[in-house]
Amino acid sequence: MKILYGLAISLVVLMGLAVVHAVSPRAFEAVERPDPQSFDRATIAHGERLSLIGNCAECHTAEYGEAYAGGRPIPTPFGTIYATNITPDPETGIGTWSQEAFRRSMHEGLDREGEHLYPAFPYHHFAKVTDEDVDAIYAYLMAREPVRNEVPPNELRFPFNLRPLLAGWKLLYLEDERFAALPNADERVNRGAYLVQGLAHCGGCHTPRNALQAERKDQFLRGEVTENWYAPAIAGDVPAAVTWNEKQLADYLSGRWVEEHGVAVGPMAPVAHNLARASEQDVAAISAYIATLMEGDAAEGDAEVTGAVGDRPDSGDIGAAIYAGACAVCHEASPSRFAAGLPLAYSTSLRIPTPLNLIQIIQQGVKPPEGEPGPYMPGFAGAFTDRQIVALASYLRGRFTGLEPWTDIDDVVAEATGERRTGANDAGAAEME
Amino acid sequence: MIGLRVNGNRFETESDPETPLLYVLRNEMQLNGAKFGCGLGQCGSCTVLVDNRPVFSCLTPIAMLAEREITTLEGLGSIDNPGPVQRAFIEEQAAQCGYCIPGMIMRAHALLSENSAPDEAIIREALEPSLCRCGTHMRILRAVHRASKGLQEQASAAGESNR
Repeated sequence: MKILYGLAISLVVLMGLAVVHAVSPRAFEAVERPDPQSFDRATIAHGERLSLIGNCAECHTAEYGEAYAGGRPIPTPFGTIYATNITPDPETGIGTWSQEAFRRSMHEGLDREGEHLYPAFPYHHFAKVTDEDVDAIYAYLMAREPVRNEVPPNELRFPFNLRPLLAGWKLLYLEDERFAALPNADERVNRGAYLVQGLAHCGGCHTPRNALQAERKDQFLRGEVTENWYAPAIAGDVPAAVTWNEKQLADYLSGRWVEEHGVAVGPMAPVAHNLARASEQDVAAISAYIATLMEGDAAEGDAEVTGAVGDRPDSGDIGAAIYAGACAVCHEASPSRFAAGLPLAYSTSLRIPTPLNLIQIIQQGVKPPEGEPGPYMPGFAGAFTDRQIVALASYLRGRFTGLEPWTDIDDVVAEATGERRTGANDAGAAEME
Repeated sequence: MIGLRVNGNRFETESDPETPLLYVLRNEMQLNGAKFGCGLGQCGSCTVLVDNRPVFSCLTPIAMLAEREITTLEGLGSIDNPGPVQRAFIEEQAAQCGYCIPGMIMRAHALLSENSAPDEAIIREALEPSLCRCGTHMRILRAVHRASKGLQEQASAAGESNR
């Protein structure tokens, strides 16, 4: 109720601000699609590496769709937003956008015609990106093959479907200012800060948001739930058994297996897959900056966690039996180094405030990127009943972390399996003899 | 003592609760359809159905299975009277060494029970957890399409006769 009340007040404020700010931004003329040959090859390559850091393709590509052709549904608390087509198709993409129009979209969140864009497109981060880098991304996108793909219209509830309201949101939350170097940091850390706060938009998932989906500056990178996964805190008190060091961060961010932390999963997996193909120096810079934000001494605490902590399995506990029969074969004493899972005492998913990630991983497993080798874990969605997942999750948390038990496992499991069943039933059920 | 329901029959076992189902099926019940491949949930040759959903029996402790319905390859039909999916696999000769085939058939059966007319992408996704090292994939896909077609024809024939 309190939240609703706050939301209502904020809305009134927003509408007021929108009225004040109602002067429509101007439209940029439609231009001929620039000749791909007119861009310098080095600029295009630079733009490609930057777009990998920005993770652009992840949102702007639909499942089984052409890269950058849009159409991926982005769920928000206000309804569904469909990512736009950013291939240079003149009718359904950004083929008629000038470089100036593209810059303005990245920095101010306006489309070519001057309509406000939703901050699901993280222009509040991209505002920090230099003109030069934005231009390189423009060159990369415009030199690609145009793909004709009409994207479905957004499905947002009133009043969130009114784009002029976004003018109010921007007055409150958008600072149209390029990145300013940190005074007490070296060049590499500054490069990392520029990327993390700007193009890589890490805060988009990792920073807690307020009721209007704006990131809370005082909670920068302190952990938040996004799309049914918890993006853990990567600044301050970080939920990890072993404090991260720069090398581990760089390996993890490049999609590699890290002995003390495992591998990127869930929505972080595509991020790491993209960063693996970005500039290595940039990934190192990101790691250097993130390491400065994390509390704890990376030099200490290494190799402290060697095996299981907490109680040994209790034979009466079904969670213990499931762990012994289904999990331990890989997560303890694996017969093959190719099947060695993360010793669960190292697991971040067991140390975060919510069982969300653990339950997602148990149900869906872990898969390497399509067509590539990489760490694999089978999903157990059909094998475990809800009650069994709850028992397993409580057992793992208790045995391997010694942290306070999760109190909401039942709800999280019920919601996750409920969603899964609805999904399965969509496929036109028919009885077979 | 743990009680299991396999292919409609009740079976009691003295094995430890964490024992994987596969070992009970093969060693105690002589149901050898499900195969031991990797023992790590990576190859799919041990796949059986629990409450009609495919699971890796090598990673399914029997402690989890009380009061649940287990179906193995043997539960889908016999040599003399194969089930619709088994028949389609025989007709397409969709096996080389055959080791993965029980798992493939169980997954195909589970898929077709939910959706009798899946398209190629859905079939591929459903069978993805099962590995075939002989390269029989094209025949396996044809067999699933054939089984799907058979089921649809059956359904429409049943619809006609009801009219």
